Amino acid sequence: MRLKLNGRRREDAVAQNQLLADYLREVVGLTGVKTGCDGGECGACTVLIDGNAVLSCLTLAARCEGKSIETIEGLAAQGRLHPLQRAFHEKLGTQCGYCTPGMILAAEALLRRNPHPDDEQIRAALAGNLCRCTGYVKILESVRAAAGMAAS
Amino acid sequence: MTAPVDVGGAERRKIPLIDGIEKVTGRARYAADLDHADALVGRILRSPVSHAEIVRVDVAKARALEGVVAIVTGEDCALTYGVLPVAMNEYPLARGRVRYRGEPIAAVAAVDAATAERALELIELELRELPAYFSSEAARAQDAMLLHDNKPGNLEREVHHTFGDVGEGFAAADLVREASFCCAEVNHAQIEPHAMLAEYDPLSGRLTVHSVSQVGYYLHLMLARCLDMDASRIHVIKPFIGGGFGARVEVLNFELANALLARAAGGRVLMRLSREENFLTHRARPHTDIRLKLGMRRDGRITACECEVTQRGGAYAGYGIVTILYAGALLHGLYDIPAVKYDGYRVYTNLPPCGAMRGHGAVDSRYAFECLVDRMARELTLDPFAVRRANLLRAPTRTLNDLRVNSCGLAECLDRVEQASQWRERIGRLPRGRGLGLACSHYVSGAAKPIHWTGEPHAVVNLRLDFDGAVTALTGAADIGQGSSTMVAIAVAETLGVPLDRIRVVAADSAITPKDNGAYSSRITFMVGNAAIDAAKHLKRKLVEAAAKKLEARPEDIQCVDATFFVGSGEQSRLPFAEVVGAVLANEGPVTVKGSFTCPPDAQGGKHRGGAVGSTMGFSYAAQVVEVSVDEELGKIKVEKVWAALDCGCAINPLAVEGQIQGSVWMGMGQALSEETRYAEGLPLHASLLEYRVPTIAESPPIETHIVESHDPFGPFGAKEASEGALAGFAPALTNAVANAIGLDLGELPLSADRVMEALVERRRKARRSASRAAAS
Repeated sequence: MRLKLNGRRREDAVAQNQLLADYLREVVGLTGVKTGCDGGECGACTVLIDGNAVLSCLTLAARCEGKSIETIEGLAAQGRLHPLQRAFHEKLGTQCGYCTPGMILAAEALLRRNPHPDDEQIRAALAGNLCRCTGYVKILESVRAAAGMAAS
Repeated sequence: MTAPVDVGGAERRKIPLIDGIEKVTGRARYAADLDHADALVGRILRSPVSHAEIVRVDVAKARALEGVVAIVTGEDCALTYGVLPVAMNEYPLARGRVRYRGEPIAAVAAVDAATAERALELIELELRELPAYFSSEAARAQDAMLLHDNKPGNLEREVHHTFGDVGEGFAAADLVREASFCCAEVNHAQIEPHAMLAEYDPLSGRLTVHSVSQVGYYLHLMLARCLDMDASRIHVIKPFIGGGFGARVEVLNFELANALLARAAGGRVLMRLSREENFLTHRARPHTDIRLKLGMRRDGRITACECEVTQRGGAYAGYGIVTILYAGALLHGLYDIPAVKYDGYRVYTNLPPCGAMRGHGAVDSRYAFECLVDRMARELTLDPFAVRRANLLRAPTRTLNDLRVNSCGLAECLDRVEQASQWRERIGRLPRGRGLGLACSHYVSGAAKPIHWTGEPHAVVNLRLDFDGAVTALTGAADIGQGSSTMVAIAVAETLGVPLDRIRVVAADSAITPKDNGAYSSRITFMVGNAAIDAAKHLKRKLVEAAAKKLEARPEDIQCVDATFFVGSGEQSRLPFAEVVGAVLANEGPVTVKGSFTCPPDAQGGKHRGGAVGSTMGFSYAAQVVEVSVDEELGKIKVEKVWAALDCGCAINPLAVEGQIQGSVWMGMGQALSEETRYAEGLPLHASLLEYRVPTIAESPPIETHIVESHDPFGPFGAKEASEGALAGFAPALTNAVANAIGLDLGELPLSADRVMEALVERRRKARRSASRAAAS
């Protein structure tokens, strides 16, 4: 299977039944991809496939042939945090951090197609990502702040 | 005891977590993320029935499967584990009997997951089924078989506490009301599933575990006990932890089973539980029935309280005794009530064992109390705020059950949410279907008497200073996402007068950090925070003495701000930190100092049986107003907004305090609106995050936080806990708001649409009946 992972081309032999989440975690070692449930319940494993937020625990790795995959490890570039990462850090959009990579990537997919979302649009885009720590208040603030940072 | 430090500058800023960058970049390694390339995969075989005698567990075929390296069963460990030394009645793997569906029976370590799972299928089980009980009532029936032979009536613990003269109290009341309430069992549902990497080296006879535990010290003790190993040969390390909320506050069967596997395999085993297994492991808030009777005078003064609580505890003891004691003890400490009678029953049932969950023990009885107070206020045409104000405690005081209350900012909490929600302007003037509700709550800042009472200090922190000028804080306190390591760093930096980035925190590694009881009962800020300040004061003394010598000044005239030492205005000579560190090291070499905190004996609760539970050095206080709209066609409740005020003594880091208030209020909302475990004959129907309805961001309201600072005389910088106190208030505030919106008094959690609908239909039916009766007469 050939794909682009965090901007770099890769070629791997994968089993037909290997899930993308397992491929990323166990084969590539990208443990920023989290799994929190038994399949499609929590959103922690969210990655970007060609810019869309996708649950990697419900996606077969083999189906990603020729696609561009982005994980949390690919967001910070040249020693700088991505605006969403900075906002989640500074505004405490992350507490335990376990849902954070998936949450940030779901938000990133939203901001790429809609750089200035309102609160309802943010809520809709993140409704598949569960967080048990924050009550989502500071997550909403973080996404808003990141949208603002990117705009300025 | 550490004297309170003046609130300075740095700790007032909103400070991001010191490990936040690891979290947002995905670099943070949780247990399942640790390098496990060569590790075996561990899996557990669980009981398919709710109650049975184990006749035979035959692992021969499974053991013969290629790729299976080790199998352990109850035969491999005859030692029980548990929480209270008097109630350790659980085996890591069942022996003789299984008492709930999902109870671990055997564990397999194999080269990969598929082989381990295949091996589980090959284990032959012969079970003789026994009668099983799925409700408190059924388990307490006269002819019910006993789950544990030494526990008649299937009661783990009965509590009967009376303080003050309840009869006299009710006689003095103008209104006496009694009502029943029921709260469904809920689960922590922390997003990270349980996981542990265990390694046993047969050559050295040493065991190393990386686990999700909130209580590494207790895990260490139980590993030594159940593996019958000398504790010095065990190393317990906490990786990043994806939330706890009490789920990992007792040692879990999978941790012991996995350690047994690692030893049997003589190698490394990674065990990661599925979400379903997380629900089977459970240890969360029990299904609770409450019968509450209150007496109230016309002016709102509460004259007496009588409360009976029955908790459906599940199959084993766990924290049960503590939970049933908390439910009664924390009827005290929020209001000044002259007489309180409490009867508590903790019942064994054939369901997964319950345990501690955020707001441990206090949440469900507080629910009943705050709902009934509101109903009675309405009957007496009193404002909900006025009733609470009529019953405030005045700190410092001692409660009837001998708990110390050293500070109390509840009055200010009430003022703040009353103003912020514009209660006075809006109450009674909202359209039908829209309502406001109020409730108060409180929680302990650490149990003043820990479970394993050894007499040693309640917390110890070590600080290291070496040639590099970095100050390293060594603490056993488990940061599970609540930010306790950040709190330690702030406490040290503030006390020393150095920037936060000079502090490094190493937490929860038994080979390096001093023992700590762990992340529970909201003890870390109060106890570990005080110990950190104490340690920093010792270190500062050394630095200041060295600086004084160099500056030829008296130590008492030396100041340190921003890691620079100076005398007076600092215009003459200033010493950078590195120079002073050099002077200290020249004197005595690298430095390690120790700070500690101890709760005095008179804070450790009353002399009555169970009197230690509820005792604390500081209660946090909270008031919250919830605004709802209720759709009377669908029975659907929407939370529009929450205003929550918390007295946390002093917000050492306001950002973290806000996050904790929001998180706890929201977790209360989950319990109040949608979360509920359900079983059919012991089979969980809720064991996924689709069935178990944790609120999503789409249905989560804005939560406006108000920090109240009562400056506790004993807290670190005057601080108290911030992460549990506000939880218990949400459900009653919501229920009171629903009553305000549609005139229905509900008392069964969660207030799911079907329950609301049922009550609405019942009301319509009653109205029709009385209308037809009126027509007939």
